[in-house]
Amino acid sequence: MKNERAEINRNLAQMLKGGVIMDVTTPEQAKIAEKAGACAVMALERIPADIRAAGGVSRMSDPKMIKGIQEAVSIPVMAKCRIGHFAEAQILQAIEIDYIDESEVLSPADDKYHINKNDFAVPFVCGAKDLGEALRRISEGASMIRTKGEPGTGDVVQAVRHMRMMQSEIRKITSMAEDELFQKAKDLQVDYDLVKYVHENGKLPVVNFAAGGVATPADAALMMQLGAEGVFVGSGIFKSGNPEKRAAAIVQAVTNYTDAKLIAELSEDLGEAMVGINEQEISLLMAERGK
Amino acid sequence: MTIAVLALQGAFIEHEQMLEKLGVSCFEIRQKIDLEKPFDGLIIPGGESKVIGKLLKERDIFNILQKKIKSGLPVFGTCAGLILLAKSIDGDPTTHLATMDIVVKRNAYGRQLGSFFTKSKFGKTEVPMTFIRAPYIIKVGDNVEVLSVVDDKIVAARQNNMLAVAFHPELNSDPTIHKYFIDMIG
Repeated sequence: MKNERAEINRNLAQMLKGGVIMDVTTPEQAKIAEKAGACAVMALERIPADIRAAGGVSRMSDPKMIKGIQEAVSIPVMAKCRIGHFAEAQILQAIEIDYIDESEVLSPADDKYHINKNDFAVPFVCGAKDLGEALRRISEGASMIRTKGEPGTGDVVQAVRHMRMMQSEIRKITSMAEDELFQKAKDLQVDYDLVKYVHENGKLPVVNFAAGGVATPADAALMMQLGAEGVFVGSGIFKSGNPEKRAAAIVQAVTNYTDAKLIAELSEDLGEAMVGINEQEISLLMAERGK
Repeated sequence: MTIAVLALQGAFIEHEQMLEKLGVSCFEIRQKIDLEKPFDGLIIPGGESKVIGKLLKERDIFNILQKKIKSGLPVFGTCAGLILLAKSIDGDPTTHLATMDIVVKRNAYGRQLGSFFTKSKFGKTEVPMTFIRAPYIIKVGDNVEVLSVVDDKIVAARQNNMLAVAFHPELNSDPTIHKYFIDMIG
């Protein structure tokens, strides 16, 4: 029964593939995102760029605010809880959230342990910056993975780094001899079965999205060509000049990610992109949270 | 025989893998230009019906596909695909391809906690059925044949050249329903 639930939760992520999941803070933004073609929304009180600007401890959003967004749209609604904060996750499950993001964007509640996600009926997505992190989150019960990137910066460099790292590690494992996989499992601190799955299939056993710093249709196309199966866009949309148009353009760029001519058209007159901060200019690296 | 798979968003690769296993060649439709290649059947996959419906129109493939289906192109819709084919969506004035004489209810089992797996009859054969935030059919027209009923709800139906199921046969290894569609093409 437990395995059946885990499978069904992985299946929902499969339905999100080729789509864009957008951060929203109000029911109005959620409606704009849905209309623009988001395949799901992430409900949160403050988008990462504002969390970064405000500083302090960042927690799960007010359940009332999340419910308002659940009522406003018919697409899946996700919400974030702090790393290791299983009580916040229990609350999100109680309000029937479609997906929980155990997220490094919020302040971690546990500096050692992640949530045992196998205990939950609702699915979890977790961030990872390399294959080891991804597989460890999957053992804990994550049914979807995303790159950590560097949230709230509008700078795609870290998402690229994390996706390239994962893909390159996957390629290495694919070409390993079977007896080398045992040592690899030890190095990555994960079950042998997970490493064997990667060896045989050349991919993670769950869907893998790009996240953190995606701000333009070109960024989205870049991440898809690097192997992402879909894209999260956080601050990039509602911190830009024309959210509706930018959101719709990113959605189309994800579907047609190899058609440069079309993406050129989509990139015209989008108004101002979010200003963005380079990784050298920030003091807090959220990607370093939760390994 | 070649089957085209609508690849705008969602679980289209899973359908392609199933077709490959059955030895049927397929290609993806993302844009108008892809429709120039000849094909004998069309699969509309699961995903988010609103997203797929929107991209159909934006990429100018809506009218061509609708016309092809109306003039007899065999089409197979799963989950979101079923919603796209329905003539009417309960509580929602929007319709998409609207070629099949059925009324559907979106997210009919509620949110993800309501998603489930079961085994039930498709025609006379028992098949695995994975329902993910699934719709079901509330009402069918006179010329629609009901193929599966689960908990008193219609979850698979056929009208001439159109086959629609509320669950995801592409997620399990059982090829029964894909084979049924291939037989429809002939």
